[in-house]
Amino acid sequence: MPYDLEFEKPLVELEKKMHALQRKGDHLKADERVQLQHMERELRWRTEEIYKNLTSWQTVQVARHKDRPYAADYIRLLCDDFFELHGDRVFGDDHAVMAGPAKLDGQKVMLICQQKGRDTKEKVFRNFGISHPEGYRKAHRLMQQAEKFGLPVICLIDTSGASPALEDEERGQAEAIAANLYLMARLQVPILAVVIGEGGSGGALAISVADRILMLEHSIYAVASPEAAASILWRDTSFAPQAAEAMRISARELHRLGLIDGLVPEPLGGAHRNHRLAATNLKAVLLKHLAELKQLSLDELLEKRYRKFRTIGKHGKSVGSNMLRANT
Amino acid sequence: MVKEAAVPSTGQTWTQPGMDGIGNVAVKCPKCKEILYGRDWEKNLRVCSRCDFHFKLTAYARIELLVDRGSFVELDADIISIDPLNFVSRSQPYTAKLGEEQNTTNLHEAVVSGHATIEKKPLALAVMDFRFIGGSMGSVVGEKITRTIELGIERRIPVLIVSASGGARMQEGLYSLMQMVKTSAALAKLGEAKIPYFSLLTDPTVGGVTASFATLGDVIIAEPGALVGFAGPRVIEGFMHTKLPEGVVSSEFALQHGMIDTVIHRRDLRYELGRLLNLYF
Ligand SMILES: [Zn+2]
Repeated sequence: MPYDLEFEKPLVELEKKMHALQRKGDHLKADERVQLQHMERELRWRTEEIYKNLTSWQTVQVARHKDRPYAADYIRLLCDDFFELHGDRVFGDDHAVMAGPAKLDGQKVMLICQQKGRDTKEKVFRNFGISHPEGYRKAHRLMQQAEKFGLPVICLIDTSGASPALEDEERGQAEAIAANLYLMARLQVPILAVVIGEGGSGGALAISVADRILMLEHSIYAVASPEAAASILWRDTSFAPQAAEAMRISARELHRLGLIDGLVPEPLGGAHRNHRLAATNLKAVLLKHLAELKQLSLDELLEKRYRKFRTIGKHGKSVGSNMLRANT
Repeated sequence: MVKEAAVPSTGQTWTQPGMDGIGNVAVKCPKCKEILYGRDWEKNLRVCSRCDFHFKLTAYARIELLVDRGSFVELDADIISIDPLNFVSRSQPYTAKLGEEQNTTNLHEAVVSGHATIEKKPLALAVMDFRFIGGSMGSVVGEKITRTIELGIERRIPVLIVSASGGARMQEGLYSLMQMVKTSAALAKLGEAKIPYFSLLTDPTVGGVTASFATLGDVIIAEPGALVGFAGPRVIEGFMHTKLPEGVVSSEFALQHGMIDTVIHRRDLRYELGRLLNLYF
């Protein structure tokens, strides 16, 4: 897979030269073989260097890479079995959300995933991973079912946000999201949420209230998309890169801030370069956290989950301010 | 019938710190363009006497309107925002923005909270103020609202939250988004304790606030003509590349689509809330 992101330009030349040599195959001279080895080492080293220091905006580009593994890829690579269920039993079936019971390393779980769609046809079918209320209500229904049958819930998050069209207002987008936050806060089974690409605002949050919030190393999670934030703050979407930096939306920064519980390492150069390895890494992390959560009693699980979100937030106290108001 | 009997409520005149001088000036109704004289306008609870347009209220004016005179006790007034992300802004540092908003609004943050009584019934309440960075929810708004809900649980008194918000606060990034969970989780506990929660939506209530505590009320009330929805009209129009008809994404629209329980005129709010408190608790 060629390097195709803007900040990968330094790697492109090197890769080209390498490919020219590689094409020679058995006809490589001894010194060329050594040269090739050097180049391979250099490419690896330079890629590491670049990916170790990705800015938030560069991370956005990796998280949105067209070849990045999507939820359906992980389902295929991770699960022993997955039975997709459809519909919210109210209005329709949202194809941006794929959900159903699954088996992961022999363990029964309930999977709830956001799927963006690979080719144009699938993208349209999935509405680009942008959910209507029906997607959140399908998730709500299946989370209640997970509770009923004692299945841990695993959510894979990948959306630019919830759909803000007029039809979504008519069908209660805000309520659909809020209802999930309310339900998940007290759901009586372990919940794992993993941002695999884009965690876009309330549309991502609606299936991310979890005992462990994990993120792939080069994924993002934000209160608003960089474009939306730039538009709100500075009335100009072309400042999206600045908004991305300011909001600290990369997985690494969020982990540093203690806002998420763990990172899932990605293959060198991003998950899109090796879907299988990305899935293997994800599976290992999921199993580790599942095992830990299964050790907890229900009371501990719920209390820890409550404390986790209860303590998110930073504030100060005003001292000796003349602004303190008397009671009206 | 019942409603009319209560309209004169307590008949108190309305003087509000920060509104001094308004009595002598005139305001123009943005809806019907009528010129309204300050004193009449205030006496009419900042509602247009001609077309019933409901102007925005400050948090303290709202509290005075809703609760029994002298019953409000403010809590957590000294909690203020900090800049958890060292937010790098093109325009103005977040802390400077906060200071400026504090000076112009004479508020510490976008919500005022505490406890009071309505028609002698005690309740915990939090009231948002749109003037403070568009009523946006960051850590402090989330914290104060959560404490209000916890006060309801602790004292076993109903909770009222009056929303007025443009959504989550960008400058606190994911901290802001997570306040949606924090408040909703507290409401889930309130629900387990079987204590009622009333949500009053005022102009405007959109975004993260609507997608969390504002739409989780056991009873959801809105003021007439308020902008109420997940996304504001500008966002919807941008997303759909079309122009929306006038009045869409309003209290009445939400009522029509089954998203809220009722739309209540400002002058009747205290009385109707009193009735609800009596019916539920
Ligand atoms: Zn008017």
